[in-house]
Amino acid sequence: MSKMEAPVIEVENLSKSFGTNRVLKNFSMKVPAGKNLVILGKSGSGKSVLIKCIISLMTPDDGLIKIFGEDVSTYDSDALDKLRARIGFLFQSNALYDSMTVRDNLEFPLRRHWNKEQRAKSAKQAVLEVLEDVGLAHTIDMMPSELSGGMRKRIALARTLILQPQIILYDEPTTGLDPITGREISHLILQVQKKYNATSIIISHDMNCINITSNSVIMLIDGMRYAQDTFAALQHYDDPKIHEFFLTT
Amino acid sequence: MESSFLNRFKFLNEMGDIARFTGRFFKEIVKPRQEVEEFFRQCYWIGYKSLPLVAITAFIMGLVLTIQSRPTLVEFGAQSLLPAMVAVSLVREISPVITALICAGKVGSGMGAELGSMRVTEQIDAMDVSGTNPFRYLVVTRVLAATLMLPVLSNLSNAIALFGGYIGVNLRGQVSWSLYWTQVFDSLSFGDVMPSLIKTFFFGFAIGIIGCYKGYNTQHGTEGVGRSANSAVVVASLLVFIIDLIAVQISDLLNLT
Repeated sequence: MSKMEAPVIEVENLSKSFGTNRVLKNFSMKVPAGKNLVILGKSGSGKSVLIKCIISLMTPDDGLIKIFGEDVSTYDSDALDKLRARIGFLFQSNALYDSMTVRDNLEFPLRRHWNKEQRAKSAKQAVLEVLEDVGLAHTIDMMPSELSGGMRKRIALARTLILQPQIILYDEPTTGLDPITGREISHLILQVQKKYNATSIIISHDMNCINITSNSVIMLIDGMRYAQDTFAALQHYDDPKIHEFFLTT
Repeated sequence: MESSFLNRFKFLNEMGDIARFTGRFFKEIVKPRQEVEEFFRQCYWIGYKSLPLVAITAFIMGLVLTIQSRPTLVEFGAQSLLPAMVAVSLVREISPVITALICAGKVGSGMGAELGSMRVTEQIDAMDVSGTNPFRYLVVTRVLAATLMLPVLSNLSNAIALFGGYIGVNLRGQVSWSLYWTQVFDSLSFGDVMPSLIKTFFFGFAIGIIGCYKGYNTQHGTEGVGRSANSAVVVASLLVFIIDLIAVQISDLLNLT
């Protein structure tokens, strides 16, 4: 593989257990630059654990994770912080800071990665820009508790985007939203990918979201990569384990 | 087999975890890039926002202690010793311990619940991902603020409780403002004030560490948040008494009593 084609994220033989429950078993995958890869699997199949291992919120028991060609297990906390500035993470629960306004929530990631002068000069503009990207500029002084579920998700996405990450990890971005809002969020993910040319991993079991956002889909079954293909191709697989995911669509 | 063995020693396990958590606090506190702004915000919340509750309790404590002590002293013809007795009781023991218990309830449970809910809603993980060290931002600031604010609250509580004592003395007698305070200050020595002041730093530290430890390590969703807040109060209150016991023994050994 030439350097131009080198994957942005590379996972090799990743394993993770909780007690006797082996969640990931020798899981491997590669994510090429600028693509949206969806991980599809049942609840509790280890999808969230996988992306938490990628961003080092969890330590895998075994295996290798390479991001931008470098093994993240060798990073110290400073190197990890620098890497995390290039990775956005959208939490399933949004994880907005309850005690802060939308503005403070969005400025929070800047405190570590921008210096004081930079923040004084450009933070306001950066906050407004990402809020406009998600169509919620008017909520800048509101508290998270004043926002609806869909608005919270958009604000969480705006916070993810503020450092203009090259990789974005989405943990079930449409879970808990009504189908219309879910579709809006899915289209927003696509817009974001185009605008920022980001590489994304999307954890989901929402078929509409997967259909809209995915370039490629990995089926995670029993902690292993069971299959990988495009959404359209997977729909025509005869394998019952894969087929049952598409029965309701 | 292994897990049932560990369950039997759950208490010792938790002691070990608290010790590790405390060790991490001391490791993080000497590192650069401390969260000064957040520290002052916590001082405001822990110190200023606890003041009304501490003040009301201290006033009532001083007043009630004086009223309750009077009959016994009258019986022995030692009514004139009332201000001195009240002052020594309040400053040496009652005021610091009651202030610490109030803070264990208000501040300890607040920390347990706040950090606990941040843990279960992934806000602490979000902080980690954004490059902010959540331990330094949430734990170091709160523990430091509690350690420094508790002595301040305790001293204010002393003053207000002694004022309550003045009111109590004058409910059934007549002691002038200046005579009362002269008697109070004459009765207090270095050995009364300093050990009492020093132990309040430890009370504050214990309340901060336990509140943060319980909240930071919350598990099992919203049910876990309630459990963290509750056990933060119980363990911190128990620790206040244990520290008080040790402080009294040390004062005694050093002939400060």
